[in-house]
Amino acid sequence: MLENLFVGIADWLRSLLGGLGTPVEINEAIVMLVKLVAILVFILINALWLVYMERKVAAYMQARIGPNRVGPKGLLQTTADIGKLISKEIVIPGKADKVVFLLAPVLIFVPTLMVFAVIPFGKNMAAIDMNIGVFYLLAIASLSTLFFWMGGWASNSKYSLIGSMRVVAQMVSYELPLVLGLLGVIMIAGSLKMSDIIAAQEHTWFIFTQPIAFLIYFTAAVAETNRCPFDLVEGESEIIAGPYTEYGGMAFAMFFLAEYANIMVICAMATIMFLGGWHAPFGLDFIPSWVWFFLKMYALIFVVMQLRWTYPRIRVDQLMGFSWKVLVPLALANIFITGIGMKIYQAIGW
Amino acid sequence: MLRTQEYFLNFGPQHPSTHGVFQIILTLDGERIVKAEPVCGYLHRGIEKLAESRTYTQVIPYTDRMDYLAAMLQNLGYVQAVEKLMGIEVPERAEYLRIISGELSRLASHLLATGVYALDIGGFTGFLLCFRERERVMDLLEELTGSRMTLSYARIGGVADDAPEGWLDKVKKLMDDMPGYIDEYNGLITGNEIFQARTKFVGQLTPETAINYSLSGPVLRASGVNYDLRKVRPYGIYDRFDFEVPLGENGDCFDRFYCRVREMQQSVRIIQQAIEQIKEVDGPVIAKVPKVLKPPKSDVYHEIESAKGIIGYYVVSDGSNKPYRVHVRRPSFINLGYLDEMLRGYLIADVVAILGSIDIVLGEVDC
Amino acid sequence: MKEKIAPVEEIKQKFGYIEVDEQKAVNVPAGKLLEFMQALKDEYELDFLTNLTAVDYPEENKFEVVYNLTSTTKAYGLMVRTGVDRENPVLPSVFPIWGGANWQEREVYDLMGIVFTGHPNLKRILLDDKFEGHPLRKDFQWEGGRE
Repeated sequence: MLENLFVGIADWLRSLLGGLGTPVEINEAIVMLVKLVAILVFILINALWLVYMERKVAAYMQARIGPNRVGPKGLLQTTADIGKLISKEIVIPGKADKVVFLLAPVLIFVPTLMVFAVIPFGKNMAAIDMNIGVFYLLAIASLSTLFFWMGGWASNSKYSLIGSMRVVAQMVSYELPLVLGLLGVIMIAGSLKMSDIIAAQEHTWFIFTQPIAFLIYFTAAVAETNRCPFDLVEGESEIIAGPYTEYGGMAFAMFFLAEYANIMVICAMATIMFLGGWHAPFGLDFIPSWVWFFLKMYALIFVVMQLRWTYPRIRVDQLMGFSWKVLVPLALANIFITGIGMKIYQAIGW
Repeated sequence: MLRTQEYFLNFGPQHPSTHGVFQIILTLDGERIVKAEPVCGYLHRGIEKLAESRTYTQVIPYTDRMDYLAAMLQNLGYVQAVEKLMGIEVPERAEYLRIISGELSRLASHLLATGVYALDIGGFTGFLLCFRERERVMDLLEELTGSRMTLSYARIGGVADDAPEGWLDKVKKLMDDMPGYIDEYNGLITGNEIFQARTKFVGQLTPETAINYSLSGPVLRASGVNYDLRKVRPYGIYDRFDFEVPLGENGDCFDRFYCRVREMQQSVRIIQQAIEQIKEVDGPVIAKVPKVLKPPKSDVYHEIESAKGIIGYYVVSDGSNKPYRVHVRRPSFINLGYLDEMLRGYLIADVVAILGSIDIVLGEVDC
Repeated sequence: MKEKIAPVEEIKQKFGYIEVDEQKAVNVPAGKLLEFMQALKDEYELDFLTNLTAVDYPEENKFEVVYNLTSTTKAYGLMVRTGVDRENPVLPSVFPIWGGANWQEREVYDLMGIVFTGHPNLKRILLDDKFEGHPLRKDFQWEGGRE
């Protein structure tokens, strides 16, 4: 049965371990470990695939073909690229802070991986269904600012420094509308637990009840992942590559893949919060819930990629102005209106 | 009171947006520019000195290497200067071929400028779309001259060769397609909200400053100064064509960019008219000039409207078969002269926007 | 091709110290340069300094500095030349009159070694700061090349 494919695998593993006669706690821990490793492998492979997807999307938007040599339809191109990057020497700039410099690309993946632990990929398919799931996700996701800053600062290069200054300014500014945008959804759902929020969308997705919140969240999320048109952090025509200017080889690849993993996080989050998570639309239940989840997520990722290959980059003062003068007031107004709306609904006893 | 410290940033010589090996030493206060010192010369090859030990014909390929994006216009300026020095009359058909190839060169250069400007602002797709059409122009030029960029097509007294069979029809086909392509750029780049926010009222130049600092080409015309040599002092046979000179209003980056886009439309018009008119003109494509050119002892200054601005050639002859002195007035070089003042008070991102809108080519700046 | 040239006869009558040759180019003594140039800009609307360069004439022991002026309003042009002593090549800068002289004078200084007094930032522009000599002078010796 496809619907319960992954849940079934977990149950089978559990019963297998149960037959060995080890204590239940250890069995549970082993199952949890397997789940997390599975997610880790999935994310890394998916990030590779997203790079390929981005190159193909870009190519078709620009009247080109894109990668088509390595593997069928060029599918193994990014694998080959990563293979090349791994084999490269890691060059450490002479005046760099060596420890921090090398630590940053290693740590950059940590918040992303931690976040994925709470994301429900399908019915009963969250590794951990925490009762403060949204809060945990937002708190962990904002950690990545620190690692960008670490990389930029430790490089001891001016371009890296400017880039990491921009990272901090941009991430902090857009964290606020991002969270405030989500607050509207949380108010209606009345819970921070992912499964509750998804359950609340069984009949109506929140994108229909909270359209402004969705736009605010999505805009801020694109900015959070440093994607065009908000890619000032690595704006290659201005500051070369921002915090990663001095990185090469696998260290650079880690930053690069982390970007795609982050896109996945924000798109998965948008799916959960606004697009009904793994719920099937129009009663199309015969397609497994996790397929729906991924379909929605990839549709959003596709939008993010289209944005990048359509728009130019905005300037740093415009970026700040847009967050503080447009998005934040809009998000606050949205919360206010949502609150009033909820009270009216309660008053008329719906 | 918060105490801040100014710092230096070496913008280049290895930087993706300086369009070559060019350096600007920026003094920054945060991201704001306090002072900018342009440093050029990384590509200096001493073409003016080299020309002194070449014969008059041998100098032509060197002119290609200056503005290699619009090489035909560089050739044209030089050969017209020598023709003026010697009093050579150029055959009709050669004049038309010069116009067509020259305007194609201008198209190629402006297409590159438009695309690269989109890239400077951050839009990658506009860049590749412009390159798609530039490739077609390049193919046509290759078919005509045998070379894609360094054409060396002009000769003293005419052009190297007549157009191959069917070539004019191909040019006509491209010219029929061009307006549609230009609409595409306007839709993708010019009309974009973010693009306009980035470029409008950035790096403004008043007409007085633009004239005072001898800026030329689209940079001058974007400030509203109607000074296009093709119109003001027509050289060759430009007085036979009907075209307009696009002008800007604010003299900002957007106007400079949009001037180029509209100039492409005018170039298309000129080529279309030239193709119509050349059909009635037959005959040689090069005048009867002696094998060894020995111009009379004299000097001459001749300038034409190149893609980047006014390119002028000052040629001094001492009566021998080699020029005594060749000096080139390079528009990119002189247009950069006001960069420092233009950049002050703007942000790092604007450096890219302003430098890109001047549209320099380092081969020409450094000569 | 007909050249549009500024009314040289009229200018000649007004300024007795200039010479006009058969090409209708104007030769002006170095001492009167600034005064003459300012008058050209103010009275004849020659507001655009298109070209500024120099030629070395070792036999006559002089550099000739050439100014090409045009008018953006009247569409005519004028070539002005001035001689400067080869042993002591010093000339007043025209930067206060036309800002366009800024980089062009630096280039002439760099390659020809003529010092323009009154220029705000006269230093080498194309060559390295440590470079010795001025390559466009006829007596400049260099290795390599083709003679």
